[in-house]
Amino acid sequence: MLTILFDGIAYGMLLFVLSVGLCVTLGLMNFINLAHGAFAMAGGYLTVVMMNWYGISFYWCLPAAFIVSAVLGVVLERTLYSRLYDKTHLDQVLFSIGLIFIATAAVDYVMGASQQIINLPAELNGRFEFLGASIGVYRLFVIIICGLLTVLLQYVIGRTRFGSRLRASVDDRRVARGLGIDVTGIFALTFAVGSGLAGLGGALGASILSMDPTFPLKYMIYFLIVISVGGTTTITGPFFASILLGIADVAGKYFVPSIGGFIIYSIMVLVLIFKPEGLFTRSTRR
Amino acid sequence: MSAVTSENLRPIGTPSEQLVAAARWRWFEFLFWGIAILCGLSMFAPMLGFNVPIIPSKMMLMSEILILGLLALSIDLCLGYAGLVTLGQGAFFGIGAYTAGLLAKHGAGVAPLSDPILGLLAAGLVAGFVGFATSFLVLRGSDLTRLMVTLGVALIVEELVNKLKDITGGSDGLQGVMSSPILGIWEFDLFGKTAFWYTLIVVFVCFWFCRRLVNSSYGYSLRAIKGNALRARAIGVPVNARLIQVYTLAAAIAGIAGGLLAQTTQFASPDMVAFHRSADSLLMVIFGGAGYLYGGLIGSVVFRIMQDFLSNITPQYWLFWVGVVLVLLVLFVRNGIIGLLSAAVSRSKGAGK
Amino acid sequence: MTTVLETRGLCKKFGGITATDNVTFKLPAGARHALIGPNGAGKTTFVNQLSGVLLPTSGSIFLNGQDVTEWTVRARSRAGLARTFQINQLFADLTPLQSIIIAINERENAARSWFLPFGTRKDLVAEAVELAESLNLGDVLDERVGSLAYGKQRLLEIAIALAAKPTVLLLDEPAAGVPESERDQILNVVAALPASVSLVLIEHDMDLVFRFAKTISVLVNGALFVEGTAEEIAKDPRVRQVYLGEEEISHG
Repeated sequence: MLTILFDGIAYGMLLFVLSVGLCVTLGLMNFINLAHGAFAMAGGYLTVVMMNWYGISFYWCLPAAFIVSAVLGVVLERTLYSRLYDKTHLDQVLFSIGLIFIATAAVDYVMGASQQIINLPAELNGRFEFLGASIGVYRLFVIIICGLLTVLLQYVIGRTRFGSRLRASVDDRRVARGLGIDVTGIFALTFAVGSGLAGLGGALGASILSMDPTFPLKYMIYFLIVISVGGTTTITGPFFASILLGIADVAGKYFVPSIGGFIIYSIMVLVLIFKPEGLFTRSTRR
Repeated sequence: MSAVTSENLRPIGTPSEQLVAAARWRWFEFLFWGIAILCGLSMFAPMLGFNVPIIPSKMMLMSEILILGLLALSIDLCLGYAGLVTLGQGAFFGIGAYTAGLLAKHGAGVAPLSDPILGLLAAGLVAGFVGFATSFLVLRGSDLTRLMVTLGVALIVEELVNKLKDITGGSDGLQGVMSSPILGIWEFDLFGKTAFWYTLIVVFVCFWFCRRLVNSSYGYSLRAIKGNALRARAIGVPVNARLIQVYTLAAAIAGIAGGLLAQTTQFASPDMVAFHRSADSLLMVIFGGAGYLYGGLIGSVVFRIMQDFLSNITPQYWLFWVGVVLVLLVLFVRNGIIGLLSAAVSRSKGAGK
Repeated sequence: MTTVLETRGLCKKFGGITATDNVTFKLPAGARHALIGPNGAGKTTFVNQLSGVLLPTSGSIFLNGQDVTEWTVRARSRAGLARTFQINQLFADLTPLQSIIIAINERENAARSWFLPFGTRKDLVAEAVELAESLNLGDVLDERVGSLAYGKQRLLEIAIALAAKPTVLLLDEPAAGVPESERDQILNVVAALPASVSLVLIEHDMDLVFRFAKTISVLVNGALFVEGTAEEIAKDPRVRQVYLGEEEISHG
């Protein structure tokens, strides 16, 4: 029981790191980038290549995944995405589905369709008993890393000058622009960090989530659930949504495997109907 | 579209006659359906001693193209006319497929029950009912919530199909679908000849119905909703009721399309409700151009032929090129193939003046 | 004189802000009434409640004697309340003629017809053409609305609203943003509207208000500040103060 809770939290935190970039970019530019998962896949596959082909340590892969995905993100943002901010949501969705297809096909072509497996460092394998729960060392590692990232994000957004500009821009882009805030620059940076975090999440999740070419499509729906439940005005919303989703998904698959995804999809639809702004949003708006 | 066509028309007759003339059949429409009929007639070529190498063996493929075109048409009705975006039309397609498939499977031999036409009506009714029941979900919210809600509904249906193994056969698909002769007269044959004519007629009837609808006063009120829902409400258009109606109708048509596929292939599988089904059909509309009715039909022809061609090389390439085309379409082309063509036509006309 | 539109104790609160503050207001039949007030006085919020876009927090609205407080936008429109929008709300991809016919169709319950082509009813099309011509839209009947000149779009706003044959028409800043050269056209159209339509003009522009309105209400901070005939309001020192103060700021 506790084990499930623990695994669920680990999974949820991973989902948060994967999806937080998408939430912030959606809130900031009202831009829906369904291809967000492709950046996670980039991070995941980079880890696979670095470890399995070149034998580089897993610990080096994590920052590398972050940096490479972030660079990839900022390049795509400046060259392609920035042309789409004025287009409709439908166009944005189609465009990003197109990117997903390209990424999926490209990865399939280079790496093959099968699921990739990495061997984690020995010290991260194994389990130990704690308060009656069987705790996986690697999952604890994931929780610690993701927890640190969350605290860091919360600090950056809540306490720094950049964070206050970011919040102002999310609240009202036009006013922020009027106040002389460089919204475009902030957005590019946010997009890069969000993509980088997704890449890092992909690297961390390479051994837990199944890393194959369909990854962006498979996890797209999880990201959408996080957005719809967590909203896009804060990062605590997506955080709790991710944890909840992680626990619900792990528990659901364990206790009632027969209904599988049914529950979480239904929750998403219900939340969208009754609270289109998200479940964990500040209700100060309007 | 109407603005473009009324520009092309020389102002003859009263304004009323001009408006009605906009709904008249054009030469390219006759051309389109003429080609479709010719494709069907080509099956007789070998009997007459002609050798048309490709077409007769592609009967099944051509039926499938028409069916996908009908599914795309149902999306166009929502997207191109009422401005309702949907990423879950595959759900209704699948519901129709399973309805018709189950009816054919369990009703086999029971004379009126097993008739394919009745099966199609049932497919349309059941899918339409589910469409009606879920239409309330798409009334509120932005395009983004609509995309997510319709996607969510489609995913739920997909889960249901996969999990209700006793009824649907789960991931193996629905086995043992036996289609009875149409009206007790025309048997389905191995080469898909009957299937093709049957499909062509059903698709044409549905298309004709939609064509009348979108060119009617009702259809123009839908365009008004797409154009500006706030203003439409202010002039007394019952926006929500119209959206429910059109969404329900589109679901029913998607259901009929699914029913057709199940009957002509004698099979129904979770693949028919899968996400890619919804995404592909939306892509076909975008490929062809939304808001023309023909967009989905032309889109499905191009899409499916390309798919057939490229998948023979490698399946991955196919997905890759779909992605590339999508990205380019969004960035550079408005209104798909038809948009490109009509822009080219008006440009050449402008040059001729 | 009969009252066509009435509000009783209308209040609208957004969070802690009171946008409409206990407004009790009567509009007699055939009125040429202007609703004025400085920026942010809550004019558009008030109109949005009248037309049903917003629901009031408390209070009630009567249209031709019926309580329409809870009615939808559409129901009010069918009961004879039409409006134009401060920011154009048009069907960009249709033509002016089509736009007007769509509105007439709804009025005549002809929009349920799904079989006959749009424009089959000759009488309705003729009515639409006539209406368009009376509003100086005769030369652009078949052009795309989205590519019309701004002044023409403002006229079309009024034409579409009139197509419903309303008893009450709310004009929300009809001349806002219209270049000087096209302004007179709109003023003339508004001045020529039939007496059977009771008009409420929401305006900022005092020239337009005094040329057009017989009676005026001044809204300040969401509350009715003063009501009276145009002459009374023109002389009222309090109104001058409210307005001149505001003018000085906006012109300074």
